[in-house]
Amino acid sequence: MTGYSDRVMDHFMNPRNMGEIADADGVGEVGNPACGDIMKICIRVEGGRITDAKFKTFGCGAAIASSSMATEMIVGKTLKEAWGVTNRAVAEALEGLPPQKLHCSVLAEECIHAAINDCRTKNGLPAWAEGPEAGE
Amino acid sequence: MVTRQVYLDHAATTPTHPEVVDAMLPFFSEKFGNPSSLYSRAREARKAVEEARIKVATALGASPEEIYFTSGGTESDNWAIKGIAAAHRKKGNHIITSSIEHHAVIDPCRHLEKQGFSVTYLPVDEYGRVDPAAVAAAITPETILISVMTANNEIGTIQPIAEIGKIAREHDIFFHTDAVQAIGAIPIDVDALSVDLLSLSAHKFYGPKGIGALYIRKGTRAETLMHGGGQERRRRAGTENVPGIVGLGEAIEHAVTDLEGRTRRIAAMRDRLIAGILDTIPKSRLNGHPTQRLANNVNIAFRYVEGESILLMLDYFGIAASTGSACTSATLDPSHVLLACGLPAEHAHGSLRLTLGEENTEEDIDYVLEVLPGIIERLRSMSPLTPTDTR
Repeated sequence: MTGYSDRVMDHFMNPRNMGEIADADGVGEVGNPACGDIMKICIRVEGGRITDAKFKTFGCGAAIASSSMATEMIVGKTLKEAWGVTNRAVAEALEGLPPQKLHCSVLAEECIHAAINDCRTKNGLPAWAEGPEAGE
Repeated sequence: MVTRQVYLDHAATTPTHPEVVDAMLPFFSEKFGNPSSLYSRAREARKAVEEARIKVATALGASPEEIYFTSGGTESDNWAIKGIAAAHRKKGNHIITSSIEHHAVIDPCRHLEKQGFSVTYLPVDEYGRVDPAAVAAAITPETILISVMTANNEIGTIQPIAEIGKIAREHDIFFHTDAVQAIGAIPIDVDALSVDLLSLSAHKFYGPKGIGALYIRKGTRAETLMHGGGQERRRRAGTENVPGIVGLGEAIEHAVTDLEGRTRRIAAMRDRLIAGILDTIPKSRLNGHPTQRLANNVNIAFRYVEGESILLMLDYFGIAASTGSACTSATLDPSHVLLACGLPAEHAHGSLRLTLGEENTEEDIDYVLEVLPGIIERLRSMSPLTPTDTR
């Protein structure tokens, strides 16, 4: 009904990794309820690698699907690799998003970054502004 | 998977009634003449157009020569506002309207502001009602037009049109009302309401899309928007949409027949739906006026969830609904109507509009009441805004 791909509808109706992680190693929350989108991603990090990720989202179908897909894409990755999961990669994995919904995938990327930086600062490391420095 | 198809978006559009389609059909291929031509085939078309004009006039308590056929509600609104503004600019440059009008009224007003007009967008109360005293207070010596809709398309609130019309008349100011949602829903009489211009659109009351009308009170000067021929007494050029006009005439006749009986049945379903939702779903509230509302309109705000995701899940269960007005569902902004009623943007985002129609049944209501609570619960369980104690 809205020009969403089957993949978006699948992740909307059957979201993966929905929920929260108690004592998560990193939590990212981005968006603004006034704009109609809030995304929260919790990550569990073991040995520098994301072993679990959960999301909660207030938003449209694309926002829910983007956060579901984003959690699927970052599990198993190192923080550095997960940082590189771009909004474009999320949108592509969802077989595309309508143009006016691309901001949902941007929100997903920002949310991953926020969760990673939360994990880093909790461990006494500086937050990444633009991403991992060479050699990190 | 889908067990039932329930259409609850009649404020967006209605199916064309089979009798309306039957009335239209001969005018596509048999009686296809151009009403402006002189041979007998054309006279059939001319006659049908004039018969339809009488039907529209009768439904509004107007005279046939006060009815002008247009392409629909948007054109009628544009013509009324820009036409009055252009014809009476020397008298004044001030227009009064409300903050909850359809964009077909708001956008022409914004356009006129760029041309040097000044427009007052009156606020509404929490139920979406315009205060007639505020209309009176906004009038200046420059005011040439007041435009307030008869009933709102999103929240169904019925406006005190007769009172506003009286004020306009006392001050000798033209009064336009967008009655697109009101035809076939509440009784309309242009004299009783002191209306000088009135917009309507056939597809909102079981007529075809692409046809509407503007009522212009006799003696009212409004500049023509469409030039290029002598149709509609030289005020709206273009070959008449004969099948559409015939369909409009047929549909409006149906719409005003047994108005009370039909709306009573629909209002009873509406009330059951509203009560059922508010009773079973916590943190839900009715948008719009509790009693001064269209018989078919249900508009509810659900905390902690977003409207589009409610629509998608309803669609999965075969239920067609809407958030704000259909015309704005492509934009991401919360409804200007709900914001004007004082709803915080976050709550406005979580609003659902269900608009009933003649073909809906009590079983449809049962089905929505069966499916909706689970959808809201599921979306709330996904939402980071949901406090733990309401789950």
